[in-house]
Amino acid sequence: MPAAIEFRDVTFRTRQGRLLLDRISFGVEEGTTTAILGRSGSGKTTLLRTVNRMVEPSSGDVLVNRKSVRDYDLIELRRSVGYVIQETGLFPHITVERNVTVVPEISGTRRSDCRNRGHELLSNVGLDPGSFAQRYPHQLSGGQRQRVGLARALAAEPPILLMDEPFGALDPLTRAEMQDMLRGLLERFNKTALIITHNLDEALYLASRIVLVSHGKLVANVEATGFLTSQDPEVEEYVRAFRRGEREMEQEEGNA
Amino acid sequence: MSQFFSQYGGQIFELTLEHLWLTGMAMLFAAGISVPVGIWLTRSERWAPPVMAVANILQTIPSLALFGLLLPLPWLGERAARIAIVALTAYALLPILRNTYAGIRGIDPAVLEVAHALGLTGRQRLFRVELPLAASLIFAGLRTATVTCVGVATIAAAVGAGGLGELIFRGVASVDNRLVLAGAIPAALLALIADGLLGLLERRFRVPAK
Repeated sequence: MPAAIEFRDVTFRTRQGRLLLDRISFGVEEGTTTAILGRSGSGKTTLLRTVNRMVEPSSGDVLVNRKSVRDYDLIELRRSVGYVIQETGLFPHITVERNVTVVPEISGTRRSDCRNRGHELLSNVGLDPGSFAQRYPHQLSGGQRQRVGLARALAAEPPILLMDEPFGALDPLTRAEMQDMLRGLLERFNKTALIITHNLDEALYLASRIVLVSHGKLVANVEATGFLTSQDPEVEEYVRAFRRGEREMEQEEGNA
Repeated sequence: MSQFFSQYGGQIFELTLEHLWLTGMAMLFAAGISVPVGIWLTRSERWAPPVMAVANILQTIPSLALFGLLLPLPWLGERAARIAIVALTAYALLPILRNTYAGIRGIDPAVLEVAHALGLTGRQRLFRVELPLAASLIFAGLRTATVTCVGVATIAAAVGAGGLGELIFRGVASVDNRLVLAGAIPAALLALIADGLLGLLERRFRVPAK
């Protein structure tokens, strides 16, 4: 299957000279989900942001549908790549419906069509348009806000979705619900998704491939089904550290 | 009392309109300068400290001194109203400039990040996201500036620019408190009305916290 996204020797150095990405190369097949795992500060977000040119690599290239992102019109590129972040970034001054349809609206879609599209998207993410369309972001719970953020990212029917820790701030139950919903949507709409997460179980549940990044380097790119049994020392170390962290958290919760 | 009003009523009305004209024009100019400059400063951060410092210095010049300094200038000095409008504009710059800058700078970075990532153009980001989100603070700046200017405009009568200050100065010169009050009360009412109306706009555009 062709790669919908391809990173070719992507390197990024800050103005101060700090190397954040070091010659990263891998591809994401069309219609599949790849999870990027790694510790905080490993360069995951920077890597994700090179796809929609929120970050311009110092060297190397990113290809979207076999075409360098540099050769796209910037606005057109961004409108064709959905983007979801943990903080949601919903526009607080407009209703949920207008938040969801902001991209069709600025692209010149008629107001009535926008409204219909907005209602359809809200239904897709499990929110009843009748009771949510006219609410404002501050009137929503964390999980509902994240659903709206996802609906907004899907509004322009982008073939690619970039998600930066979308469910990181949610409680475990809501998180599990959101994972189910996202998996269903990605399969139903055949999206190519690149998702950053700190949660190994989330990565295993949502993705078909897992990319492990450490200190700006790609250290593993393996099938999700083989991640836990991988002999790669970096992967083994990550899995051990993750499980240790989980156990410590459980103990803390038990003591509390 | 009725005799006083029949004698001065027309004048009070005229001078109130003149006062409104001076303040209104100054506010239009000040907003027309400060809002675009404030927006520009959010894009060219390094210019923010020196530009704010200039606006700050302008505001520290005593009003009477500023009117006096502008008096000998060509074109400006020909009409007292011009001097008054320029001086009042100078006083109104800082609050509007500071609030426009702070209003845009204070927007949640995640909102701006998403606005970029969704493919909003620079103009769309400004008019659909930044200005609506900063509007409440910009109106708060306009409110402060307007109330200040309504007060300072009374001093403009010292250079012959008219306005309600004329009644106050005449009242002081002739030791007639009725005249002083005939200038001071409408000026205070104008300030209160402006404060109330702009306060309404400020609240109307206030964005609820998460």
